[in-house]
Amino acid sequence: MNAVVVHNLSKNYGKKNEIKAVKEISFEVSTGELFGVIGPDGAGKSTLFRMLTTLLLPDNGSASVDGSDIVKDFKAIRNKVGYMPGRFSLYQDLSVEENLNFFATIFNTTVKKNYDLIKDIYVQIEPFKKRKAGKLSGGMKQKLALSCALIHRPVVLFLDEPTTGVDAVSRKEFWEMLMKLKSQGITILVSTPYMDEAGLCDRIGLMQNGKLLSVGTPKEITASFSQTLLEVKSENMYALLQQLIAYDSIMEAYSFGEYHHAVMKENFSIEKLQQYLEEKGNKNVVIKNTVPTIEDCFMQLMKK
Amino acid sequence: MRTLKFLLQKEFKQVFRDKSILRMIFIMPVMQLIILPWAADYEIKNINLVVVDHDQSSYARQLVSKITASGYFRLDKYTTSYKDAMKEIEDDHADIILEIPVSFENNLAKTSSANLFMAANAINGVKAGLGTSYLQSIIRDFNNDIRMQWIQQPRFDEAANIDIRYSNWFNPQMDYKSFMVPGILAILVTMVGSFLAAMNIVREKEIGTIEQINVTPIKKYHFILGKLIPFWILGLVILSIGFLIAFLGYGILPAGSFFAIYVFAATYLLAVLGLGLLISTYSSTQQQAMLVSFFMMMIFVLLSGLYTPIDSMPEWAQWITKFNPVTYFIEVMRMVVLKGSSLSDIRYNLFIILAFAVVLNTWAVFSYRKRS
Repeated sequence: MNAVVVHNLSKNYGKKNEIKAVKEISFEVSTGELFGVIGPDGAGKSTLFRMLTTLLLPDNGSASVDGSDIVKDFKAIRNKVGYMPGRFSLYQDLSVEENLNFFATIFNTTVKKNYDLIKDIYVQIEPFKKRKAGKLSGGMKQKLALSCALIHRPVVLFLDEPTTGVDAVSRKEFWEMLMKLKSQGITILVSTPYMDEAGLCDRIGLMQNGKLLSVGTPKEITASFSQTLLEVKSENMYALLQQLIAYDSIMEAYSFGEYHHAVMKENFSIEKLQQYLEEKGNKNVVIKNTVPTIEDCFMQLMKK
Repeated sequence: MRTLKFLLQKEFKQVFRDKSILRMIFIMPVMQLIILPWAADYEIKNINLVVVDHDQSSYARQLVSKITASGYFRLDKYTTSYKDAMKEIEDDHADIILEIPVSFENNLAKTSSANLFMAANAINGVKAGLGTSYLQSIIRDFNNDIRMQWIQQPRFDEAANIDIRYSNWFNPQMDYKSFMVPGILAILVTMVGSFLAAMNIVREKEIGTIEQINVTPIKKYHFILGKLIPFWILGLVILSIGFLIAFLGYGILPAGSFFAIYVFAATYLLAVLGLGLLISTYSSTQQQAMLVSFFMMMIFVLLSGLYTPIDSMPEWAQWITKFNPVTYFIEVMRMVVLKGSSLSDIRYNLFIILAFAVVLNTWAVFSYRKRS
């Protein structure tokens, strides 16, 4: 059974509905899956999550979470989903412990009953349980928010940009926690603007301008990249990029870490490219074949 | 019930942790009740008077000493030149000029009539108006005294003479404070009930916690009750603190029963809490709520009969006061505290406030949405 089924879901904002935040999105998430919605800021990820957690009413289309319709059975959904908004939204003037107890109570449960689920996360902030939530560090706030979202043992967990603004170490830790939760059978939907986190998900959906560009496992998505991808480096990187873009047999070129990535048209030759670049006065030109990443796929899908 | 209990627990924890709200709740009434009744006083004293005495007769001096002996006037200058007196007004040293013409005494004795000239600085209209009327009544009194002196016999004189003696009912000393304190208390309760509550809910919106609450299965009425009950209690606590201060500071004890006041206040708080809830559903930031509250507060204070009697307002303004819940509370407070009205005397106000409570709360509950 699918934990989340989304069919042609749309949401518009503005007086005349002129801002189309989510445009006819359809996808499915199976039970126990870790599904990532990947896209830049303003892609419509939060709107999608807010509709699925019954905070927003969709304008069109339908969706169900754990078999309950998001419009009709919203009361049922509120009992079984956990939602962690992008912005820290717990009571800053209540302590760690009080926040957790409060959320446990309004879900009609106790911390004790579900302690096993949050134990791994909560032990890390337990030494500060008397501290006000507002006085915690970013990473600890994150853990507290996750604990609060989990306290009623949700079937589906929605995490809206949980790692935005969190340092690299905490991000890694956070993903490890998600893996553990997944192993307990919780379906997790996570949105993130970081492409490098895509590989950690079972399946991902690439989102841009309210549309879902592609859905699949990270491998499937990278495999769908049909062109040859080269990485190119030289001493003057800025001039190099201009020259690559101007080159005939290159579909597109963009900077990618210490290299530039060049998507090649068919019937190109590395030798000719090398020659062209050296003629233009580039020194120490390095050209290599490379495997496309999610980001490359995203760049390509965006252009379509 | 258990959910509600926890919501209330959380709400009280938050209120008692927020130092600024706590200060507002407990220091504000104390300050307002201690300072305002002394300052916001309509009784005009220390009216500066310049006397221009061209006559310099004994009657003139008698008149002046009678005026200054009244306690309302302070003799700023005693002069013989009108120019000097005008200068005093221009320099803002004097409020009223009384000019006694040449041969004031002579005319009075010979023709039984004499003229006096009075000029008031009307920049402060209240002071000018009250000052001249005080002065007039003193002069009238003086006039009567003279007539009494002249018409000695026969004892039963044929000229009818009406002597007016008045007593101030319900506030025998005409003490302005016992008039103001109940009114200020009403305003305080209104502020806590509506604006603090509104601010509190909007704060949850602003911080985003309301979002987290909205995804929970918590019931709408639980959340609303969880917000309203603490402020309902706080409102009654402030009222009690206010009465304690009124007693300790001014010796004011309600002539009527506390029961009547609290029954009315409890109902009244329901109405203003509804107003607070309504403000909060229509504002998304504390700043917005604050500005709306400020606007309403001005209307509440100025169009409630706290400072100026409603009967002297133009008719359209009187209509507005009918839609101002504060009006009814201030009226009830004054009725019960000063006049000793009972619950059955204030039933009309009670019903109106009950209607306010029903309308405002229904409107607020309908416009509060857990989802958009």
